[in-house]
Amino acid sequence: MSESARHKGPAGSGAPQFAEAKEEFDEAKEEFAAAKEKWRREFDKRVDGDAAVRNQSRIEVKPIYTPEDWNGGYMNDLGFPGQMPMTRGIYPSMHRGKAWTQRQLVGLGTPEDTNLRQKELLRAGATGVSIGPGNVHFRGYDIDEVEPELLGTCGAAMCTVEDTDLYLKDIPIDQVSIGANDPSPFTIAAQVLTVAKQRGIPWHKLTGTSNQSDYISHFVANHMFYRLSLKGARRVLVDHIWFMNENVPNWNPLSIVGMHMQQAGATPAQAMAFALSSAILHAGDCMERGMAPDTFLPRFTFFFDVSISLFEEIAKFRAGRRLWARIVTERFGSEDPRSRRFKFHAQTSGSELTRTQPLNNITRVTVQAIAGILGGLQSLHTDSYDEALSVPTQEAARIAVNTQNILREEAHLMDVIDPLGGSYYVESMTKSMEEEIEAIIAQIDDAGGMFAAVEAGMVQAMIGESALAHQKRIDAGEDRVIGVNVYQLEDEVIDQKPLERPDPQKIQAQLARFAVYKEKRDRDAVSRALDDLAAAANDPSRNVFAEIVAASENAVTHGEIVACLRRELGFGKPLVVI
Amino acid sequence: MSERPPRVLVTKIGLDGHDRGSRIVCAALRDAGMEVIYTGPWQEIPDVVKIAAEEDVDVIGVSSLASDHLLMPKLMEALREADLGHVAVVLGGTIPESDEKWLREARVERIFHPGTPLPEIVKSIGQLALEVRARDTLA
Repeated sequence: MSESARHKGPAGSGAPQFAEAKEEFDEAKEEFAAAKEKWRREFDKRVDGDAAVRNQSRIEVKPIYTPEDWNGGYMNDLGFPGQMPMTRGIYPSMHRGKAWTQRQLVGLGTPEDTNLRQKELLRAGATGVSIGPGNVHFRGYDIDEVEPELLGTCGAAMCTVEDTDLYLKDIPIDQVSIGANDPSPFTIAAQVLTVAKQRGIPWHKLTGTSNQSDYISHFVANHMFYRLSLKGARRVLVDHIWFMNENVPNWNPLSIVGMHMQQAGATPAQAMAFALSSAILHAGDCMERGMAPDTFLPRFTFFFDVSISLFEEIAKFRAGRRLWARIVTERFGSEDPRSRRFKFHAQTSGSELTRTQPLNNITRVTVQAIAGILGGLQSLHTDSYDEALSVPTQEAARIAVNTQNILREEAHLMDVIDPLGGSYYVESMTKSMEEEIEAIIAQIDDAGGMFAAVEAGMVQAMIGESALAHQKRIDAGEDRVIGVNVYQLEDEVIDQKPLERPDPQKIQAQLARFAVYKEKRDRDAVSRALDDLAAAANDPSRNVFAEIVAASENAVTHGEIVACLRRELGFGKPLVVI
Repeated sequence: MSERPPRVLVTKIGLDGHDRGSRIVCAALRDAGMEVIYTGPWQEIPDVVKIAAEEDVDVIGVSSLASDHLLMPKLMEALREADLGHVAVVLGGTIPESDEKWLREARVERIFHPGTPLPEIVKSIGQLALEVRARDTLA
């Protein structure tokens, strides 16, 4: 519409101004069509047999996007950050006001070893700490229950309140937020609460997140964290959310995971849909237990994988933000604007890192991180370049932190909020991703919701199919991976830095300390606490997590708590679908 | 190998549960016409040995992402003790270069690192199955 037409007020029927405007409009349309046709001819001459290009979510990507693909419905599709439809970001200021939290997952050797590494990362620029125990802990065992070879190799060998205290030694936990890698039944959270009490820190001063709290992602994808039966895990999670909301109001008790699904092979659109369907399940469970939506929704957080498919990932996060804001209002009748905030942590994709020419991975991590930052993340973990070779070395971990430092301090990525907003491509792809994600959510709704869908193995089958299709595209050379199926080096010698393995003497000392810890406990208090825990597990009117906290205060160990709940609520066995 | 297709046991021992790799390999072996038994993660070594014997497998494929390959010598010893020394054992996943020597010495026959194309894994396991059958016939 021309300027003159716009300012002369509404045109009456037959008004000459209107006819003039329409003519100009038609002329512009013709001009557009002619230019487009000319471009298409010239494009076709240069690009031989332009085959369909698809992104990882298998959505077709055109060679150019124009107002035909996104017509600039600004308020409808974008609006302003912190306002509906939330496309541009969940806070009014986003990264212009505050950098994302830089939180690196670490864990190796003993709690003391990791405490040192943690403090070094804080000095190097990290702004949060993580608690990363090893697989022994993730599987729900104490350190004396497993083969000693496995202790401390991929996380800290820890299982008591004393260990958690050592892990957090000299770290001001009332000032630094804690990301605990702590699946159901949340023994680390219980131990952190105990440590806070011992240090005289009131619980309301603690900030942090129960990462890995979403059992659905463990049942279908990252089985490592899967400890209790589906029904048991469902019960304990709701109790945990309830307890933390009441007593530790600045803690995020739930981190809904799309990360594991994408790492296991789900496409970005599938991973986002699975996470949102999981969130719908968990919110429904909380409401069924009698919690009002706006008491727990503001504390929901999300955790995603971010791949190297830059624009697709940005579109994924923008679409997810928009969908979540709509879901909480339409499905749950939430009224508190804070409930609409789609807060998420992202981790760069480890499955895209290559073992060959491993330094190339620094570049991959950088692109992945940029995608997450432009997508509007709240916190970020960047992978070390050597993750396809081994547990990361110290040097590689430092480069990963500095990758974030460079992006934050040097690259001017934080100057403008949602800088790609308004791009025809990004807006159109955000819409396409949104539609694809909604279609998958509808499929899960039709299957009876996320719980029923994972019980039936439907989600697992979808992930497996995508993973196999992806590998076949790589094997066929259709998806190119530098150093793997193109640009390989002949006779490449993998130059691996000497591997840091935990010092066996330190591991022995840790086992000895654990034996002493168990010996000197008040045994009656321990058995009373375990009895209470078992009784609470069998009484739906009681809060199981409150008893887990009480057990930790009475020196009951991580493994003892998990074993008790596995007896009472069922041992977690994932459903494996090939 | 006209009598029956290769039989392969795919498993994960130890504590890690990342199984994208093992499931993809299972699907590829199955699609190539092999008979595949998949145990899922967290297998105890005696259970793996028992399944290998009962299912009369030619090849055992172990997948490791987070240091579980450190248990391989124990598995190899348990297989020998159960008179299954003829079964070929291969390993895939995140295996540090510096561990390769002792894994070979423990008689792990192939190590597939990240990035290995599926057809290469399928071919390699097929060949090993043939070799194992030949060994059985000669013995």
